[in-house]
Amino acid sequence: MHSAQRDSQVAIPLNLVEAINRALRQAMEDDDSVVLLGEDIATNGGVFRATEGLKEHFGLRRVMDTPLAENLIAGMSVGMASQGLKPVAEIQFMGFIYAALEQLISHAARLRNRTRGRLSCPLVIRAPFGGGIHAPEHHSESTEALFAHVPGLRVVIPSSPARAYGLLRAAIACPDPVLFLEPKRLYRLQRLPVAIDDEPLPLDRCFTLRAGEDVSLISWGAMIHETLAAADQLAEDGIKADVIDVATLNPLDRDTLIATAGKTGRVVIVHEAPFTGGFGAEIAATLASDALMHLRAPIERVTGYDTPMPYFAMEQQYMPRVERIVAAAKRCMAY
Amino acid sequence: MFSSAPYTMHERLPSLDSNSDWSRLIQAYQAMALIRCFDKKAVNLQRTGQLGTYASCLGAEAITVGAGLSLENHDYFVPYYRDHATQYLRGVPLYQILQYWGGDERGNAFPAQTPAVRDLPNCVPIASQLTQAAGIATKAKLCHESAAVLATCGDGATSRGDFYESLNVAGVWQLPLVVMVNNNQWAISVPGRLQTASQSIAHKAEAAGIEGIRVDGNDLPAMLDVLDYALDKARHGKGATLVEAVSYRLSDHTTADDASRYRKASELHAAWQREPVARLRQALVDAGHWQADQEKQWQTHCQQEVDKAVQTYLQQPPQVPTDMLDYLYETLPESLQAQRTVLSEHAGGRHA
Repeated sequence: MHSAQRDSQVAIPLNLVEAINRALRQAMEDDDSVVLLGEDIATNGGVFRATEGLKEHFGLRRVMDTPLAENLIAGMSVGMASQGLKPVAEIQFMGFIYAALEQLISHAARLRNRTRGRLSCPLVIRAPFGGGIHAPEHHSESTEALFAHVPGLRVVIPSSPARAYGLLRAAIACPDPVLFLEPKRLYRLQRLPVAIDDEPLPLDRCFTLRAGEDVSLISWGAMIHETLAAADQLAEDGIKADVIDVATLNPLDRDTLIATAGKTGRVVIVHEAPFTGGFGAEIAATLASDALMHLRAPIERVTGYDTPMPYFAMEQQYMPRVERIVAAAKRCMAY
Repeated sequence: MFSSAPYTMHERLPSLDSNSDWSRLIQAYQAMALIRCFDKKAVNLQRTGQLGTYASCLGAEAITVGAGLSLENHDYFVPYYRDHATQYLRGVPLYQILQYWGGDERGNAFPAQTPAVRDLPNCVPIASQLTQAAGIATKAKLCHESAAVLATCGDGATSRGDFYESLNVAGVWQLPLVVMVNNNQWAISVPGRLQTASQSIAHKAEAAGIEGIRVDGNDLPAMLDVLDYALDKARHGKGATLVEAVSYRLSDHTTADDASRYRKASELHAAWQREPVARLRQALVDAGHWQADQEKQWQTHCQQEVDKAVQTYLQQPPQVPTDMLDYLYETLPESLQAQRTVLSEHAGGRHA
């Protein structure tokens, strides 16, 4: 368990996308083998400006605008990573990442394994994900569970500027392939202090954002925002919530999850992705087997519906809202 | 129609010129004969249950040996799965090639201190190695290496987007990449005329703005000419090349296939008349550079080498079952320790 707050002499206010930019810049300063590639990332600085200014600072050799082909971006990243570079590729939206699936599943995730350690694949694929910004079709998906199912592929999701910075630094330093999913609804939500130091955050630990003994609220990504708001509302009714940001879906920090369930006995899992086969199911199954005797109520899951992500006119009806989380927690309390 | 077409047909046998590098051609013939002997043995091992599904290189000997001899040590090789001779010439021992086809990932742990150590392993998902080769070529260019990347694929692979995506970026970025297609006329059961309406595969280079060369893939000297040229061009920063090596798959697709279901015996018979190994041997004999006693000695040598490789392969100790987890991440995550324990207990240690 790690505290969300980090001590540091140097903490500057950044929003989440600025923190990403800062992490990329710092990683490139520290390590010449770090290169960036993707669509519109060089001159345009990325459609969300995550790579703004980096081409000017590091040049076109290290900040590469690729032809428009996600499969190519992923395959080239695998090739570069197999030979000692540290590519950090941007897939412009998660809705376009499926063309890269074969490279991630059949190659990146298993190159070390299938060469018995002769080659490795230390790449990072960054992709903005999730809904809530009134984006075009195919721009708002949350399909993290697809990737968390792939052995060998780390899946990391920050939910604050500080964790975006620390987790991205760790992902780039990591010798394994990492899918780094950025909750784009949080990109410019608020500026918070970010500690700019060289200590990366762990890639295999949940973050406990708030401590309480009545109910555990477990979430990740942009939904942390609604989950914290739900915890505030519950506190007004005297219900104290443990709020856990899972942050790394693979590998999963089961110990922290089992510990919070053991402490409160009541669990609400919140995610934006659809219900069936969502990553909440894996957490629920873990707790049902390893924390069963501590549970005082059935595990609740507050998620998106089993439907394609609706086009933006109805996305607010799809997204889990604070009221649903509060109601689920109260059902647990009343059970 | 293609007035400015980069594509050319290159064919040289049987008129070897007097400037031929005979020692290199003899070396090539020896490697081709060895790999044919190996290939026959590998198929037999599969038939007797001692090897898994195996992709034969029968008929592709000039292509895979040509690649092995044209590559320099500091170049990179990114294969599909029918280039056993190239792997061998890059330093992968024959027993390790058998180990791979025997279902054992240790066959991909190519030995250190050989050019193969940086090469990618066989790539089974068709054409997906080509984008990786473009990435390696980008790395070579960024790092100012004077190295070329040679990627290989079959004719079926040219129907995938990966093929075009790779040629396209190689053209835009002037990458030191050579993509060599073994056009052996068949993608399992589907003939070339059902893969593309293009006049040739080499013509596909046109759309990517790179040079395309069509070469007789049964003609070893021609293969060397074309690959020497294309790889040298890449090493000197002069851009990428698509090489279409026209050959014929004399084998089934793999040992799991039965080509008699879809291919006429007469077509196969005709193709055998152009097969590359006998063709080069005849050219060497005709030029007075290869004698009957040399042939006999070399065939005996090949058989001994292959028998030794089979012995070594069959004598390898079994893998440790926990290797399947231990090589997945650089360090096994804590959350997988419990699974490792279960695997270790239920697999019964080393004797799974």
